[in-house]
Amino acid sequence: MSVLYMVLPLALIIATVAVWAFVWSVKRGQFDDLETPAMRILHDDTEARRPKPSDERKSPNS
Amino acid sequence: MSSPEAAAADAAQVACAHCQLPVPESLLEPGEAHQFCCHGCKTVYAMIHAEGLEAYYDLRGEEDALPVKNVAGSYEELDDPTFTARYCSARPDGLVTTELYLEGVHCSACLWLVEKSLSQMEGVAEARLNFAQARLKVMWRPDAVPLSAIASRLASLGYPAHPARYGTKDVTQEEERKLLIRLGVAGAVAGNVMLMAFALYGGWLSGMEEEYRTLFRWGSLLACLPAALYSGWPFYRSAFHGLRNKVLHMDLPISLGIGAGFLHGLVNTITGRGEIYFDSVSALIFLLLVGRLLQLRQQRRASESTELLYALTPSSARRLGEDGEARRVPLEAIQVGDRLEVQAGEMVPTDGVVESGASAVDLSLLSGEAMPVEVRKEDQVWGGTTNLQDTLVMRVTHAIRDARVGRIAEMVVDAAQSRAPVVQLADKVAGWFVGIVLVLSVVTFVAWRILDPAVAIDHAVALLIVSCPCALGLATPLAITAAIGKAARRGILAKSGAALEALGQLKKGILFFDKTGTLTHGRMEVVALVGPDWVKPLIAAAEAGVTHPVGRALRKACLDSGEAPTADEVELVHGGGLVAEVGGHTLHIGSPRFVRAHSLHDRGFAAQVEAWSQDALTPVWVAVDGRVVAAAGLSDRLRSEARASVEALARQGFEVHILSGDHPSVVSAVGRALGLPEEHCHGGQSPEDKLARVKAAAAEGQVVMVGDGVNDAAALAAATVGVAVHGGAETCFAAADVFLQKPGVDTLSDLVEGARRTTRTIRNNIIFSLAYNVLGASLAMTGLLNPLVAAILMPVSSLVVVTNSFRFQFVRAPEERA
Repeated sequence: MSVLYMVLPLALIIATVAVWAFVWSVKRGQFDDLETPAMRILHDDTEARRPKPSDERKSPNS
Repeated sequence: MSSPEAAAADAAQVACAHCQLPVPESLLEPGEAHQFCCHGCKTVYAMIHAEGLEAYYDLRGEEDALPVKNVAGSYEELDDPTFTARYCSARPDGLVTTELYLEGVHCSACLWLVEKSLSQMEGVAEARLNFAQARLKVMWRPDAVPLSAIASRLASLGYPAHPARYGTKDVTQEEERKLLIRLGVAGAVAGNVMLMAFALYGGWLSGMEEEYRTLFRWGSLLACLPAALYSGWPFYRSAFHGLRNKVLHMDLPISLGIGAGFLHGLVNTITGRGEIYFDSVSALIFLLLVGRLLQLRQQRRASESTELLYALTPSSARRLGEDGEARRVPLEAIQVGDRLEVQAGEMVPTDGVVESGASAVDLSLLSGEAMPVEVRKEDQVWGGTTNLQDTLVMRVTHAIRDARVGRIAEMVVDAAQSRAPVVQLADKVAGWFVGIVLVLSVVTFVAWRILDPAVAIDHAVALLIVSCPCALGLATPLAITAAIGKAARRGILAKSGAALEALGQLKKGILFFDKTGTLTHGRMEVVALVGPDWVKPLIAAAEAGVTHPVGRALRKACLDSGEAPTADEVELVHGGGLVAEVGGHTLHIGSPRFVRAHSLHDRGFAAQVEAWSQDALTPVWVAVDGRVVAAAGLSDRLRSEARASVEALARQGFEVHILSGDHPSVVSAVGRALGLPEEHCHGGQSPEDKLARVKAAAAEGQVVMVGDGVNDAAALAAATVGVAVHGGAETCFAAADVFLQKPGVDTLSDLVEGARRTTRTIRNNIIFSLAYNVLGASLAMTGLLNPLVAAILMPVSSLVVVTNSFRFQFVRAPEERA
């Protein structure tokens, strides 16, 4: 059971990294608008099904 | 709600290919595969197909569609350097970004259409729409495409764009992010501490070696540190401020519980004896922050009041330079003394005096009057009103901030800021809650000191921790979040929970109704038409091109009987009516005074005018070839459900009044139709008068104001609860607490009922959580509490509050109603 001395601090370190990642994404504004991305998910499916009328027009949308 | 005849007529009508609303018979084009209800829809339909964006119709599905608002415009003012300097930011890579507020965004298909269509444009790098705020963030290359082209594209799709102009939005954004970070930390901590706590629970049950017990205790302490110090900080700060100002609210017992729990655990971990409660403490912090975030999110949804000013007036105006050339400039660039050109159908940009031209303006935005007012040289015109007939050239006398509409917007802001915040029910409870808990913990300490001194402090602290009002802290935000969601599904948009609570706590009070657009349809309609049928097509022909509401109403009333010929010649006469040549006949249509001057009158039409003035109908006479042959009575028709709604509201305990800018005789007539006493009908009220009345009533009791349009905005903000009704300016929402999406006032009693149920739910939540606190306190005082029991007790109480909040019905289902 002495592995606990290694595992517990490791778990806490991983948690710290996760929190840091969360803070990073909040500061970059990824949590500001939670409604619109939910709608956007549906859109991509529909788009893939329909063929584009003019193929030479490139779409700059990422 | 429509009669069977109307329903049958609806069924027979053709649906617009774009918006699915019925196409009026007059606009049906035989032989065409697709029919449209208006030019706007037709244009958008063609554009969507040209761009290959037909998926829009699939995406929109069953959503309620709206006909397209047709807004023409070159938007050249968006390319003006003044605009760029103020609203755009340039990036190092040569792209420019700005934010535009879009009208008409109401479903996810709109989102798709806007983003897709713009991203297909050359030169546009990114277009992202924030749906909830209808704000579009666009990034483009100015040398490849001008902003005006982007705005024109949006307008042609049916989404007119305005510059998004307010800065204070950033402040609350920052606040919310900080809170979210605290919440994230608290959540991570709670999870990890809970893991370690489980290990410790297991240790009690089946034994654990001392060294590992110590390890987990120190681990819990370390993990809990960031939560207690960082995440919990807002509670301590708020409790401290509350103490300093002698205001007791929920944060005080919360801080006590968390603080005592953490310190006690700290001491026990260092000394190695006694129980630790880090698991309860960190879970408490997490859940309470959730409640806090919910509250903050709701507050942020409230629009900024300063936005009100800019949304009321056009964002640009056509200024005449020295050379006589008209150029579009942003509104901010307009100065006193500038000469502006305002065309028919456009909004007057700011206050000024007419230099040349003669026309009629629609003052309903400022006065609520449905009848347009004639203006000519030297007459005053006001910003926000609509020019109806002819081009006017005006000289600016006030910049937009000093214009009448600007000062009204300021009144709105002042009234909104001075409104006392509604004291939440939970905070009322907090006061005596703290006192009782403190007294009890002292009693516990003293009692156990006598019985078994070693555990005295443990039990006293356990009491403080378990009585920490987690469920109480959640009781209000959860119920309100749920209520707002339920209300929204019924078309009632509440800006904040405080409004719902205030409305729910109202036992009785005064309810002020605006008349135009709220109780009435807000449109002039022909209510009575006396005359032979052959006159009708002639009238329709004569009024064909008229933008005046009276003319439009006449045309609408006369058009559905047979087809209309075209008029050969139409001449508008200011101050009276029009003269037209149709099919060889000369028509005079206008006020009785006008028509009398140009023709013979008799046939009892004068008596008709008398009778109609009793009902406050506006009379219009029609003379053909010098003889009066027909008369029409027009009024702004009362909504069919108005009377029933007023009666329902009276039953719910309100004293109903009417406040209107329209003539007192018209207002009295409406009051009579609704069954209201004469002294409750107030006509001839300017926006300033309305505000004064509402303020006076608010000083004596609770006031609810129901209105529509800018002329009600200040009064809405000053009332205890302001309700904006569909059809009013979008901006009314900034001043009002609640916005009814569906047209008409029948949802008003639903709103009151729902608000009362919400308050009841909050009250029930508080009672439940108090019951659990009593249970927990008894266990702590008798020494039966340990961290495991506390850890079970708390989630249960929170769970009860959560289920109670989400399962209550906002309004009784229609089939249950009498």
